[in-house]
Amino acid sequence: MSLRKSTLFFLFIALNTVLFAFMFVDASHRRASALPSFAEKRRFVKDLRLTDLCLFTDTRYTRHPSMADPFSPFQDHPFALEHFPSGSLLTPPPHLRLERRL
Amino acid sequence: MLIELKEIKKTYNQGRPNEHIALGGISLSIDEGLLTVLKGPSGSGKTTLLSILGCMARPTSGRIMLREREITSLPERFLTDIRRSTFGFIFQQFNLIKGISALENVMVPAYPRGEKRHILKEKAGHLLELFNISHKASARIEWLSGGEAQRVTIARALINDPKALIADEPTAHLDTRLSLEFMEIMGRLKGEGKTLLIASHDPIVYNSAVVDRIVEMRDGMLVATGSG
Amino acid sequence: MSWVEKQRNIIDFTISSLFRRKGKIAALTAVYTLIVFILASVIFFTSAIRREASLILRDAPEIVVQRLVAGRHDLIPLSYAERIREIRGVQAVSGRLWGYYYDPVYGANYTLVVPVDFPHPPGNIVIGDGLKRSSGATRDDIFPLRSHDGAMIPFIIKETISAASDLITADTILISEEDFRSLFGIAGGYATDLTLKVRNPKELSTIARKIGMIYPDTRPISRDEILRTYESVFDWRGGMMIVVLSGSVLAFVIFAWDKATGLSAEEKKEIGILKGLGWETSDVLLMKFWEGTAVSLSSFLMGILLAYCHVFFTASTLFEPALKGWSVIYPDFRLTPFIDPLQVANLFFLTVIPYTVATIAPSWRAATIDPDAVMRG
Repeated sequence: MSLRKSTLFFLFIALNTVLFAFMFVDASHRRASALPSFAEKRRFVKDLRLTDLCLFTDTRYTRHPSMADPFSPFQDHPFALEHFPSGSLLTPPPHLRLERRL
Repeated sequence: MLIELKEIKKTYNQGRPNEHIALGGISLSIDEGLLTVLKGPSGSGKTTLLSILGCMARPTSGRIMLREREITSLPERFLTDIRRSTFGFIFQQFNLIKGISALENVMVPAYPRGEKRHILKEKAGHLLELFNISHKASARIEWLSGGEAQRVTIARALINDPKALIADEPTAHLDTRLSLEFMEIMGRLKGEGKTLLIASHDPIVYNSAVVDRIVEMRDGMLVATGSG
Repeated sequence: MSWVEKQRNIIDFTISSLFRRKGKIAALTAVYTLIVFILASVIFFTSAIRREASLILRDAPEIVVQRLVAGRHDLIPLSYAERIREIRGVQAVSGRLWGYYYDPVYGANYTLVVPVDFPHPPGNIVIGDGLKRSSGATRDDIFPLRSHDGAMIPFIIKETISAASDLITADTILISEEDFRSLFGIAGGYATDLTLKVRNPKELSTIARKIGMIYPDTRPISRDEILRTYESVFDWRGGMMIVVLSGSVLAFVIFAWDKATGLSAEEKKEIGILKGLGWETSDVLLMKFWEGTAVSLSSFLMGILLAYCHVFFTASTLFEPALKGWSVIYPDFRLTPFIDPLQVANLFFLTVIPYTVATIAPSWRAATIDPDAVMRG
């Protein structure tokens, strides 16, 4: 064993820290290269007049949470059981939780 | 004179029902460069006296002078520093750290001093060589025999180059041959100018020719002092 | 005799000491890394989605007017648009046609949308990539849809949308107005809802109020509300999130508890020996600090790095079962990395620091004992 244990430890931490820093670099690089695809998505939203991301496709109130009507199960009753798994992942939109008329 | 004790008393669990007076008022001076043996049965307070002499424990009352300097109420941090550079300890149970090599064990007491590792390694290696166990330098402590482990503890006690060596019942786990060998090593170290303090009720120790002085103890008090 | 050398010496000893209990430490580090991995994955995933939504949905309609009948979403008469158009501040009103289609062949739900200008003649559709994947259909294939009166209408796939836009169109079918109306049997004077263009965005709530007064059976939804929906998506208070969070916290507490409830006899003995050998209390605590830090720092860094790879290189594959649920069409979660440094810092302070403290604290007592106990022991 030629290297001291403490040296090995430092190298290990240093390596991880470098990767950690690199992570931020990679993130910003990817953000830059994602600009065209973002532009494309924005175009869809604008042209198609879309209002929601397509995150869950199992039920309508998780597919279009911003458009969800107050009759949907999870707003029915505070302790109502979820029918669909995606409902337990998604938080009800604020404008439904405090159902106030504009 | 290296150490002087004045009316040292040590009480454990003071004020509580299991109060135990280990030392009832000891006045003693230890001379430099000599081998002193503390003799007495178990429970006589030898170990306690040894701890106090080696600045490992504080007396309940009394004063300690180290080379004319009073160290009775020094704060822990200074005391530790003094202890590290003045005393090396050889424990009865060896107290070697399991799972690391003999060489590493010898180096441990010097770690907090921030010495460069390769210098430390050299020193430790040299010490192991002195006691003829350098061939076991990278062996795990668990694999060493009683005698080998004993020699590692002696090497360890010397890593910080202390002026004095304190040993508590060093021959308790050794056979006759190894005990004699141990006393021979002690003689060698005395020859190099070290002060030696050994607590033992083993005749091989206190009857050895290298002993300069025997201090007898009984029930926490000194009985008689005489030369060996 | 420098400070750095001292730290290095102590770290050497600490690592040796850790290696002695190799198995336990490895398990500990693995679990710790796993916890950080899960939490960091969730943080990365939800931050990225929220950012995606906030950027993409900026061009969503300013106001959407829905009609409610008996508390349920119903079609809105286009005649409503006339009166709404007259409200001061409203620039334009138009009907929007969209809806859901359940395909029993694949068990999938599709979102059908009628674009303002559909570039293809009736009988043709454009499908999203999710649809393409789940049905295997491709350009020029026939994709039959069953109309409201039971007839099977063979649509031809004219175009497919790329998977890069999955987060917005994975399940989408673009269809002409004529086909939409005949498919669902929706008369010409009705639309799914109305969308408004407003001159001054500050007047949104005033306009919304006026709409509500003219037509009490409508419900306006503003762009603000649409955006806010996604700000709070995957909020920690959501069901499964609470489970993940509590599970992680619980695991972590058990962890730290195991550490904090004191040292094993062996550890105590070791500390005693060190003190007997001349280590000061501060040296012992320093060792314990490095012990805690070695495990927690390593686990933290590895957990975060793995989480980043998981979310942004493998599109969160491990979350797939949870995210997919009973959906058949599942978007390709190709997310753009967005790391919120605040959340990463939070995670750091919530994991590394408590763990290190939990390692040092119980040693405090043992570290301050008089070394003579070692002599006597």
